[in-house]
Amino acid sequence: MQLSREDLLTAYRTMRTIRDFEERLHIEFATGEIPGFVHLYSGEEASAAGICMHLTERDHIASTHRGHGHCIAKGVDVMAMMSEIYGRKDGVCGGKGGSMHIAEIAKGMLGANGIVGGGPPLICGAALTAKTLKTGGVAIAFYGDGASNQGTTLESLNLAKIWNLPVIFVCEDNGYAEATSSSYSVGGTQTKRAEGFGIPSVEVDGHDFFAVYDAAREAIQRARAGGGPSMLHVKTYRYYGHFEGDATTYREPGEAEKVRKERDCLVGFRGKVTEAALLENKDLDAVDAEIADLIERAVKHAKAAPLPTEEDLLTDVYVSY
Amino acid sequence: MSKKSYRQAINEAIASEMRRDPTVIVMGEDVAGGAGTKGQQDAWGGVLGVTKGLITEFGPERVLDTPLSEAGYIGAAAGAAATGLRPVAELMFIDFMGVCFDQIFNQAAKFRYMFGGKAVTPLVIRAMYGAGFRAASQHSQCLYPLFTHIPGLKVVIPSSPYEVKGLLIQSIRDNDPVIFFENKVMYDDIEEVPDEPYTIPFGEANLTREGDDVTIVAIGRMVKMANEAADRLEKQGITCNVIDPRTTSPMDFDTILDCVADTGRLVIVDEASPRCNMATDISAVVAQEAFGALKAPIKMVCPPHTPVPFAPNLEDLFVPNADRIEKAAKALMNYQIKEPA
Amino acid sequence: MITGEIKAITMPKFGLAMTEGKVAAWMKSVGAEINVGDDIADIETTKITNAYESPVKGVLRRQVAQEQEELPVGALIAVVADKETTDAEIDQFIERFQAEFSSDQAAGETIAAPEPKAIDVGGRKIRILDTGEGEGAPIVFVHGFGGDLNNWMFNQPPLAEKRRTIAIDLPGHGGSAKETSGDLTSLAATVVETLETLGIGQAHFIGHSLGGAIVLALALEKPALAASLTLLAPAGLGDTVNRNYTEGFIAADRRKTLKPVLELLFADPSLVSNDMIDDLIKFKRLDGAINAMQAIEQANFKEGKQSTNFASRIGEIKAPITIIWGRQDQVVPMTDPAQLPQTLAFHILEKSGHMPQMEQSAEVNGLIDTFIAKVNG
Repeated sequence: MQLSREDLLTAYRTMRTIRDFEERLHIEFATGEIPGFVHLYSGEEASAAGICMHLTERDHIASTHRGHGHCIAKGVDVMAMMSEIYGRKDGVCGGKGGSMHIAEIAKGMLGANGIVGGGPPLICGAALTAKTLKTGGVAIAFYGDGASNQGTTLESLNLAKIWNLPVIFVCEDNGYAEATSSSYSVGGTQTKRAEGFGIPSVEVDGHDFFAVYDAAREAIQRARAGGGPSMLHVKTYRYYGHFEGDATTYREPGEAEKVRKERDCLVGFRGKVTEAALLENKDLDAVDAEIADLIERAVKHAKAAPLPTEEDLLTDVYVSY
Repeated sequence: MSKKSYRQAINEAIASEMRRDPTVIVMGEDVAGGAGTKGQQDAWGGVLGVTKGLITEFGPERVLDTPLSEAGYIGAAAGAAATGLRPVAELMFIDFMGVCFDQIFNQAAKFRYMFGGKAVTPLVIRAMYGAGFRAASQHSQCLYPLFTHIPGLKVVIPSSPYEVKGLLIQSIRDNDPVIFFENKVMYDDIEEVPDEPYTIPFGEANLTREGDDVTIVAIGRMVKMANEAADRLEKQGITCNVIDPRTTSPMDFDTILDCVADTGRLVIVDEASPRCNMATDISAVVAQEAFGALKAPIKMVCPPHTPVPFAPNLEDLFVPNADRIEKAAKALMNYQIKEPA
Repeated sequence: MITGEIKAITMPKFGLAMTEGKVAAWMKSVGAEINVGDDIADIETTKITNAYESPVKGVLRRQVAQEQEELPVGALIAVVADKETTDAEIDQFIERFQAEFSSDQAAGETIAAPEPKAIDVGGRKIRILDTGEGEGAPIVFVHGFGGDLNNWMFNQPPLAEKRRTIAIDLPGHGGSAKETSGDLTSLAATVVETLETLGIGQAHFIGHSLGGAIVLALALEKPALAASLTLLAPAGLGDTVNRNYTEGFIAADRRKTLKPVLELLFADPSLVSNDMIDDLIKFKRLDGAINAMQAIEQANFKEGKQSTNFASRIGEIKAPITIIWGRQDQVVPMTDPAQLPQTLAFHILEKSGHMPQMEQSAEVNGLIDTFIAKVNG
């Protein structure tokens, strides 16, 4: 493990922020104050955190409808994210995007995406920009097992390979495409699909931050060195339903609770770093307290923040028209 | 200034912008043609030779042959545009939008709004459209109304070699996604075109004829037909305004309404299928804004509501022409409001 | 006149782009006696209407072209002969002419018009139209603000019959490079360099408006270069210009807004055709054109004031000078001739605005021809 104490605290802080953000949304959504659809990332934190730890603002990511975790891991402001999800004027997208389109291009975050399979082609474009302008940047396409069956994803694997683009395809396989099991909907395996395009691929335990971190490092280093695309099949699990309000009756009773109890990424991380005496429990507790306070403030702020005005309805369609 | 074809004018526009701005790239199926083969690298230069020579000047890093994979590379063009390039992507025939429309209308078109005004997506998608090429139903449509319908897209339909160069340079410099419609039947049309770069602004209609009796709005290639009809009508003592809107998004409704206020008669010539096309759109606006000025009902000259047929005689019946426009204008001149019984 | 000599009058070619025209109105009736230089018809092109002067003498025997009939350049529009020639002979002549003309046309034989060309002047592109040949110093035409070499469409062809003539597109204009600092000194220097590039040591300069100021600056700076100066509605001899024109020209971007600005140029505003406006809109769309116009306007005509007045220095110029001004000029107010040295020839054309070389081209051409002949001795 080459991570410094600071790195470890950063990793934990990222995962904790995502977890608390999502758990709080789960509660707040039930009050009816949050408009629209919300898809929660609870349980999958190690994937976003382990990959984005390697990135800077010159690197781009494209996310999915389950995008809050990727946003946070890529450095988007949590207060502005919360306001966005509440549809407020000071939201990161001015209240015009919401949970499903949360984005901040200046931070290299090309957006959550309401279209399954929408992101991979865009990320090929971001990688093409990096390659053409020689920025040294890489681009990460996060997509789910559902999107792995979209033509856009398969076309993107091919495009990234033939143009030798600095892309890392990250298939976050949480076992379900909406209510359908990936064991039903995915033919073959994710890694063999990538191999079919001549793209190196590896299956990764998405509950283990360190496993994700190490696999991502190798893929990202290869991409930065001009070695072309890679694919990570991150096996993970979502604690909540496809969207908030999903009764998840397609799952076995107790399934989610079992994963949460036995394989939770935050619990696992704490165990490893304290056992190895890299961090003490009190260090992590301090982060927990810090994040609990941040999320509390974010929700309070968002609820009190002004709504967009009628004028905002008509702006931001074009740069000029 | 020299005589240039529509094809050559497009090529010049792209080349001059690539020279001026290193972030401009070209991508599409066979835009060079010959990638990975043992033959010529620039074998095709676009399926109808429009981008010929670009790879020789700018190299394969800026002139990218793509796989036959429209969703992949049109999406990549959108992503590249959002992150710092100015891609000019060629979607060979606009009919192929069926396999990549999501990347255009759900992604590129909406970035700016969804992301609260923080996205800039200077993307140009060039595509051929239009009937008259004996290319049958899946290679001949005029799908610009579908794109005009989408907020966030700009839609450009140039009607001549001079127009196509200035409008394409404007499109490449523009900071919004632009869908650029090239009528494949017009590639060999010839006209005086300046050698230097120039731009024609969007949303500014061009009055190609001026008159007092009938206003004819025509889209793209139909401008030629409308001019021909107007010239014939003038010999018969009927003078027409012919309006080429140049862009359907933005659309210069002001010029249309001004002309209708003067003439009181309106013919709209649109090669697109007659339901929810530009003709119906313009009719609706004129009916709302200039009802009192109308001396006769609005006439739409459009194809029938059918796919584009293959048989040449059927296709010739399908596409609007100067005869039909002339007839429509005359019908408006002869129209008399019936007094209520 | 020798009996039987029948002369064809054909559709003239005004400017480079003209391929056809029509007789807008006949100004001489059948049977009228005509002298060389008499206006016989108004010829209308898509760009402008201009009186056409008879190239021949005799009796107008036949108006072949109907008024408003569109005809290609070179087509027969009238027949001039003496009184004695019979109608049968005229008919025969017309028949023969038409047969030959239509077969020439079918064979694609048209008279090749001189084409402008771009030359490299000190690393930048300058477009010129270099036409005609003959003894002595050539004529060099220098247009005004926002103009180009086509401003001389009615002057260069007749004046080129006897001598070499060169019309220049100034930097920022026409087909020349658009980069320019805009000041008079640099514009004059470019004209000088252009002539150096062409190997011309001396020329008769004809400058219109801003071009007048440019050739004045040039004659003061390089006296040996100027054989004579003809100044048409020149800038550089007064304090003001009409800023509605200079600023309006820059600001207007549509036909509707540019038309009233261009109408300021002419005594007869109906001369402003849609084609003329479209050509200027096309020019203004070129990359760098507006910037060049702004630079020139700022350097020379800022807020309607002329930055250079040579009135007190014009006497230093040794080369003979002729000034021609339209009485109805609304762009550059006419300088009082009494304020200038009395050795200058000063001609006022009553029916012209700011563009006498177009509105009264025959008079202007006559004045220039006579003036240069006199200078050449």
